[in-house]
Amino acid sequence: MLPIKSQAPAFNLESAQGVSYSFPSGQSTLICFVKEDCPTCKLIVPILEQLHQKQILLLAVGQTQEGNDKLINEFDLSVPVLDDSNLKVSFAYDIDTVPTLIKTSPDGSIEAQLIGFVKEEWQALLGTQLGDSIDWTTLPDWRPGCGSLSVDPLIAERLQAEAENSPLRARKIEVAPADDEFEFMFDQGFSDGLPLVPPTPERVLRMLAGTRRDPQEVVAILPPNLAETTVEKVAINAVMAGCKPEYLPVVIAALEAACTDEFNAHGVMSTTMGASPVMVVNGPICERIGMNSTLGALGQGNRANATIGRAVRLALRNMGGAKPGGTERSTLGNPMKFTMCFAESEARSPWEPLHVERGFAATDSVVTLFGMTSGPVLIVDQTSVASEQLASSMAMCLQGVHHPKSYMGSDTLLVVCPEHLDTLQRDGGMSKGQLRRIIQDSLAQPLDQLVQDKQSGVGIAAETLAKMDATRQTKLVTKFPSDEDIHIVVAGSDAGKFSGAFHGWATGSIGTISVSRKIEE
Amino acid sequence: MSTILDPTDERVPVARQPTPRPTTITGNVALLDISKPRGNILLDQFEARLKERLPDVNFNRYAKPTFTKPAPDDLRQEIRARNDYVIEALAD
Repeated sequence: MLPIKSQAPAFNLESAQGVSYSFPSGQSTLICFVKEDCPTCKLIVPILEQLHQKQILLLAVGQTQEGNDKLINEFDLSVPVLDDSNLKVSFAYDIDTVPTLIKTSPDGSIEAQLIGFVKEEWQALLGTQLGDSIDWTTLPDWRPGCGSLSVDPLIAERLQAEAENSPLRARKIEVAPADDEFEFMFDQGFSDGLPLVPPTPERVLRMLAGTRRDPQEVVAILPPNLAETTVEKVAINAVMAGCKPEYLPVVIAALEAACTDEFNAHGVMSTTMGASPVMVVNGPICERIGMNSTLGALGQGNRANATIGRAVRLALRNMGGAKPGGTERSTLGNPMKFTMCFAESEARSPWEPLHVERGFAATDSVVTLFGMTSGPVLIVDQTSVASEQLASSMAMCLQGVHHPKSYMGSDTLLVVCPEHLDTLQRDGGMSKGQLRRIIQDSLAQPLDQLVQDKQSGVGIAAETLAKMDATRQTKLVTKFPSDEDIHIVVAGSDAGKFSGAFHGWATGSIGTISVSRKIEE
Repeated sequence: MSTILDPTDERVPVARQPTPRPTTITGNVALLDISKPRGNILLDQFEARLKERLPDVNFNRYAKPTFTKPAPDDLRQEIRARNDYVIEALAD
């Protein structure tokens, strides 16, 4: 309800009898919100009719066209019953209950407001004007009202979306009744190739409830179009991806991370190598929103994992303009370009989780983005039983990142499964640092073993090597530029000795550097 | 009739037209290496051949810091200010 002395919203409505009424009209006015299927409304309709007969300006505002007609016929009404079947006036007046009777002054400010029927109140407000035309003794002392249609949950969201103070600013697209909205969205190029949830204003409003941030706040400048992307635009793409509102803060943080110079989303999305962001989520939010870090964490079947990753990709596509054949020039493409997002299995791991390693508190919720070109490439080792044996065995599988002779160019994201983790923890327990060192030591090669030859043109050119002195020629080169370029997380089910590795793109300031962002809930 | 909200940046793209091709070349030509492998070799060849054909034209060499990112603003401005044409060597 609106407060007493506040200005009642102006409106123009047509009565069921075909006459237009404007409020305020410069006269003291009674406005009564009613609907036909409410017994209390039917109880007071004769009172409204009597007021009208006595030349008192009274506007009955009815909430359905059919109901208005029924009221007029049943009670033989001459009082104007206005058609508010789109419920915009009921919504603007913040009506919770019908009947609600509002008395306004000539300038339109609210002087009194009665909700439901309390005989004493109605008599006090209207008794003098009605005189003996109403036999108050035949009326009950009190009757509760009914819920206004404008607060019906299915209708209220539409009304909020359409209201003048709606937080939505995005361009509205009308889909003609003859068009299938799913086909329409495919035709408009909004889709990654899979069906999308139509981003209706109601759904976008519900999505926006997932964040405290202002819908018009700019989250990031999305490449390649350098589009200023607001919280609202992220929410629209999150709806299309199938997200729940509680996932929205993760999508926002991921886009903030993607649109940094370090991560270089422009390059990641456009490279012919087919890179894509791989998103790892850490912290308490994972459990709260139901992310999967265990069985099948990197695969299908979990809504949060699947749709958060998809929302980020859709935003980059629709806002940033990263579309295959446009600036996105991937030679083969990559299934990660649909989605790749999972949670780390922190509870299962004795190691510091990824976000703590990267300087955040364990209680922070954080998303980390890696620009990866392939993966997860499986590390199948079911028979190594000692920790160092398994570590060097895993290293062998990483030899092939990009190409066995390609060195110092890429990073990797190693996803250690619980059974492998248990093996690594034998013999006193291996730290992440020790695992990284074993991988680097196992794969290190003297430069003169990485020369281009007849078997492969990958590696250092023979003439370049020839210009170096002997010490330099035999110097050991590590597979990854630094130990920190081997990113390690734990995920997966307790059964199965199958870890996985994502292979990076061009690592460092030349290409992409992984970026973490705290998720603001 | 149903309503959906526009998920795009709402910019109506303006179709870009190629700059009219001149019949003669004078002044300064920028040769931009995007820093992919062997782009410099391609530009060396271009420069040598073009200098034979266009002895009165100046050729200026530029390079992007990395091929994975757009050219920095300063570099774009410099190329635009000092040159009449630009030839970009893309890759590999």
